[in-house]
This record gives sequence, structure tokens and C-alpha cells, in this order.
Amino acid sequence: MKNKHLIGLEGYPKQDINEIIETAFSFKEVLERPIKKVPSLQGKTIVNLFFENSTRTRISFELAEKRLSADSINFSASSSSLNKGETFKDTVKNIESMKIDAAVIRHSFPGSALMLTNYIDSVVINAGDGTHEHPTQALLDIVSLKEKFGYIKNLKIGIIGDIAHSRVALSNIYGLITLGAKVTLCGPSTLMPIKIEELGLTVNNNIDEVIEWADAINVLRIQRERMNNALIPSVREYRKLFGITQSRIEKHNSELVIMHPGPMNRWVEIDSNVADSEQAIILDQVLNGVATRMAILYLLLSGTTKKDS
Amino acid sequence: MQTEKINKHLVLKNATIIDPFNSTEINGDIYIKEGKINSIGKATYPSSSKIIDCTDRIVTHGFCDIHVHFREPGEEYKEDLNSGSQAAIAGGFTRVCVMPNTSPVIDSPELIRYIVNRSNECPIHIHPIGAVTKSQKGKELTEMKAMLNEGAVAFSDDGVPIENSSVLRNALSYSSMFYENIKIINHAEDLTLKNSSVMNEGIISTKLGLEGSPDITESNMVLRDLEIAKITNAHIHIPHVSAGKSVKHINSVKKDYDKVTAEVTPHHLFFSDEDLQDYNANLKVAPPIRTRDDRKILINALKDGTIDCIATDHAPHALEEKECGFNCASFGMIGLESCYGAVNKILLKENNFNVISLLKLMTTNPRKIMGFENDLFSKGKDAELVILDPKEKWKFAEKNIYSKSKNSPFIGEDLVGKVKYTIVKGLINKI
Ligand SMILES: [Zn+2]
Repeated sequence: MKNKHLIGLEGYPKQDINEIIETAFSFKEVLERPIKKVPSLQGKTIVNLFFENSTRTRISFELAEKRLSADSINFSASSSSLNKGETFKDTVKNIESMKIDAAVIRHSFPGSALMLTNYIDSVVINAGDGTHEHPTQALLDIVSLKEKFGYIKNLKIGIIGDIAHSRVALSNIYGLITLGAKVTLCGPSTLMPIKIEELGLTVNNNIDEVIEWADAINVLRIQRERMNNALIPSVREYRKLFGITQSRIEKHNSELVIMHPGPMNRWVEIDSNVADSEQAIILDQVLNGVATRMAILYLLLSGTTKKDS
Repeated sequence: MQTEKINKHLVLKNATIIDPFNSTEINGDIYIKEGKINSIGKATYPSSSKIIDCTDRIVTHGFCDIHVHFREPGEEYKEDLNSGSQAAIAGGFTRVCVMPNTSPVIDSPELIRYIVNRSNECPIHIHPIGAVTKSQKGKELTEMKAMLNEGAVAFSDDGVPIENSSVLRNALSYSSMFYENIKIINHAEDLTLKNSSVMNEGIISTKLGLEGSPDITESNMVLRDLEIAKITNAHIHIPHVSAGKSVKHINSVKKDYDKVTAEVTPHHLFFSDEDLQDYNANLKVAPPIRTRDDRKILINALKDGTIDCIATDHAPHALEEKECGFNCASFGMIGLESCYGAVNKILLKENNFNVISLLKLMTTNPRKIMGFENDLFSKGKDAELVILDPKEKWKFAEKNIYSKSKNSPFIGEDLVGKVKYTIVKGLINKI
């Protein structure tokens, strides 16, 4: 692996993404065995720094760490001295002084994972930094696509919904484009980041066209707060314009593969029966999440990867 | 920095003497007798005089910065008038105007008097800018006349835009009763468009996942301010212009209305939003650093006179207020110590300014805006000057900072041109 840390997929080497995908498939095999544990990271200590709640991502990392026989500790902001005014820097310096090997960080500020690399020497893995990146989610999405289709190059992927407030979208865009997929974004123009087409993708706010065009779509969560800031008028109107409904799928592309990073708002961005249908790979994404995170931890932490520091 | 009292007879020998007021450049000596300019060019002086060799050095007026935040009273952990003075001296500034957004806000004649009294104890000239509205709340006007009597030189709610257009109109109209030239300075950012943004809006903000605000956040309010100034026939000064579109508005209004002046900061000339790519919170400022194109327009605006002067907007913040993450970091950077090296590099080296017009931007022009004495090299004037090495290449480092706060994105940057001596208030400061 070229990089010591995993901060984001912007500029991340293609070769390393491929290595993560291949390793994830090996670990997925492990997860299918009766005994799902390997000794790969025995003696390594990993701290999960969750300054922001994210039960799914935290559990997925924890499980990956346990399956690799690493020792892990959980830190969450609600139970911490952060509430007593301690600074981010003091907190992480304290934790690092306990001799850890890696830190998985989730924080609501964009740039926080990068900032952490300035404060500690351990390997840093970004588990979501605000509205910036969430590279492990994108990698597990890519692993799921590869599993489903067998290839990524020239796959047509739609990313649907609230792009501007998503950490998943940017990472997916970078990873998919690096691997040669074609990406189209679809969502309300008020939730589309400015000039995003400069990243080498297409923006199309006609959902029917995107469904028809795509091999797979990744459906993002719509939060009700968006209505308070005059970004979208109502759930009803959103569903009308962008909702992934059964009738749309049937009409335009009954083969379409459906992904969702969770947590889902059923009947808001996606119909419940679509989410539970055969063509949805949402639960595969969850299992692949564990395998992908195992692969990332293994590749960044096992002895062979200690190149630069 | 070494500081000593000015000698009874002081000679700055063999200097390139640039007088930006008279637009002259000559080689020769400056003889300073008992702290006052005695003769310039060919000077006769006692053999016992203290000599400073100024070969290959420029001697010019002390720099004047009309926009600094020295945080006193209330936030002395960031800066105070003494430490701010040291930062100014290190940057060649002999005269500064301090913004009133302190705690309490400088919004009364008594508080103006406090700053003036404290200034008398400091080694540079410090002039208070008073608040336009009480507590900077944007509602009630301050007692401008009484504040002017105590020494206020202009009015601003800097940091907070005056959102209510009628309040700004009244402030401009009211202030124009007292002196011909009194300036209202409004921090121009439309807060309803700015929202909770932390940088310029564009592809860089998109890639960083940070909320940005478009250039019209500034230029819309600049246009409003200019139009309000026109109907009141009052003077307005536009601080820290950041957007090309603002330049366009200033330029078009200036064509038929001469009561408009504007400033630009060294950081808006030096950096572009592309420099924010590693989330350096020291580049988080208000208004934000904008694009390369904006930067080019700002440089040209200094060339054609649309923007009148350079002001640093020196804004100290404690380390903790900057390293908590880009989103939560305070807006602002310090700028006094790095100003000359940065501006000289950008304008003189990279954009072919001539040296006199460059120096005017930091001497004569800001003094003119504030109505300060400007003919500094005439006989009998108190020595208020700097000795510069215009060619010295150096890397700006934390050790060059005299401010209490170290929030400078210039740390690590290569600069060209260095302040060697700052002479003011009877003191020789060797930097
Ligand atoms: Zn301001």
C-alpha cells in the first residue's frame, strides 16, 4: 500500500483500491466459515474514535477488528471529557499515549481525519469526516458492485439524492472514477454541490432517465431537516421527483441493482418493497462492509505494509 | 529585535531614499537631528553622529495599516496594544488603526479615550476606530462627534456587517456632518447568503466538503454600500476586498463619485482557495480567500487605483481557536510581520509594480484615507520611517512573529524583501 493512512479516495492509487477489493473477497470467505476469526492482527491495538454517533459504522469496524484478533477500544464523544471542554487535540494525544497502532475516526467536521494525522503517529482510518469523505463505505460499495457484476470498468452508476450533505457520494465518485466506472448524479439542484461535474461525471436531475441508463444506483438518505432550510419543499414532492419507487423501476429498468448506505428512510427516498426486493443488495453491502474493513485494517496494519511513517 | 533610543545625531547613510508623498527617489543620506528630519540627500552632520549604513537599502515612510485587531480590551490572551505594537514594528508599521470589536466594544468617547491613553504608552502610533453602532448591534448610532473629539479616526462595526440599510444610511449621513473626510467602514458580507459557510464557494469547497459562500456574498453588499454612500454624499471605505465582482462595482462607482476608497489584504493577494486543500485553518478568514481569477483582479485593481491601499486585517487568535478543526476555527489571521515580504514579492517581483507605487500602497495612500500627516520627509518632522532590504529572500517562520498569536499561513512561505529597521517615536528598532 502506498499510503500509510486511509483519509479519502481522492487521488488514492488504483492499485491499492484493487488490492483492498481482492483482500476483501478473501476475508469474505473467512466470514462464511464456521469459525470466523483469524489471528492476523493479534497484538495490535485499534481505537475507534467516534466523535459523532454512527452505530452501523462503529459496529462494522468493531466486528472487523475482532475477526482479525486485534484489541479494540471504543471512544465516543458522549461518554468523554470533550463535554468538559477538553480539546480534540488533547483527547487524541491522550489516547495515543496509551500506545495504539491505529485510530478509526468519525467526526462531523470535514478535514478531521487529516487533522488527526498531524497529532498522532498511528495509522488513521477515516470513518466519515462530516460532508467530506467516507472512504470505507465507498470501498465496500465498490466491493459489492464487483461481487455483483464481476467488473467495475464502464459500469454505469447513479448516485441519487442529497449529494451536498453526503460523505458517501464524494468517496464513491473518486473510487468509481478511478476504476473507470461512469457516474451520474441525480438529485435536487439545491442539494447538488457547486461545480461537481468538474470531477468528471454527469449531473442529470431526471430520475427516470438515470434509472434507465444505470446498471446500479446508490440511493442516499434524505433528511427532514433539509426542508427547514428551504432546500426541498416536502417529502411528497421529493418522492415525486426523485423517489426510487416500484413503478419507476418496473417501467424503466427492472434489472437495476439497488444500493443504499443506510440508514434508510423507507417511503421517502426509496419504497419499502424496492429496498427489500431481489435486486437490492443492501444487506450484502453490510456483510461486505465487515470484510472490506478487515481488508483495510489488515493491509494498513500488518507488518508488510510498514513503508513510510 | 533590538530597540534603543534615537541618538542625538543619526545618519542613515548611502540610502535609496524614496519619498512616496513627493514621488521621488534619490540616493544619499538622511540626517536626523534630535529625532527630527534635518536634511535629506546631501547632508552635513557632526562627526560624532551615529551612522547606519544603508547601502542597497531603501529608506521610506513608516508603513501605515488602517485595519488591525489588537484585541485590547478584553482578549489580551490573543494580543494587546503592546504586543500588537511589537508585531507592527517587526513589519515596518509605525502607525495603525485598531478596530473596535473588542470586549467591551469601543463604542463610547470614554473607551476611545482609553485607547488613546494606552496608545501614548506604546512605541508606535495607534489610532482608534470607533464602532458605528452601540455594541456593534447594528441598531443605535454611537456618539460619533464626542468620539471624534477624543481621537477616533473612523467608524466601523468590523467583523459584523451592518445589515440594516437604513442604519448604514443614517450612519453615513450623520458622520458626514463633522469632517469633510470621515470614513465609515462596513465589513461587506451578506449574512443571509453567507449562512454558516467557512470558505469561498467553488470546486475547492465541493472537494473539501466544506460550505462555501459565493463571491456575490461580498459584492452585493459592496454595491449596496456604495449606492447608499452616494445618496448620502458621504465617504465610504470598503475594507478587505476579496472578490473580483466587488472591484467591478467599486471601479464603476468611482468614475463619477470620489468619496470611495478601498483596501485589500496581503493574504487575498498572496493566496487562492486552492491553498486551502489541506484544511489549513490559518487560511480561514472573512471574507474568504477566493479564486485565482479574483486574486488577479485584485492585483490589477491596485495597479489601476480602483483599490487604494493595503491593510493587513491583522487578526490574532489563540492556537486552540485555530486547531479545533476548519469548521469550528475562528476567522482571521495575523498579517503585520509578513506583509512587506509578501506584498513586495507578489507586486514587485511577480507583477512588475514600480517600487514607488508599491510603497505608496502602504504609506501615503492609507495615511491619506485617514487624513494623517503625509509629508513625512520634510524638515522638522518627527522621524517615522523604515529601512528595507527589498531584495532579501527569506522564509517566514514562527520566530519572525512578535504577535502573541501565531495564526499565520505565511509560516513556511518564501518571501522577498525584509524590514531591517523601524524608526518611530524616538526609538530605533532593529528587526
Ligand atoms: Zn472585516
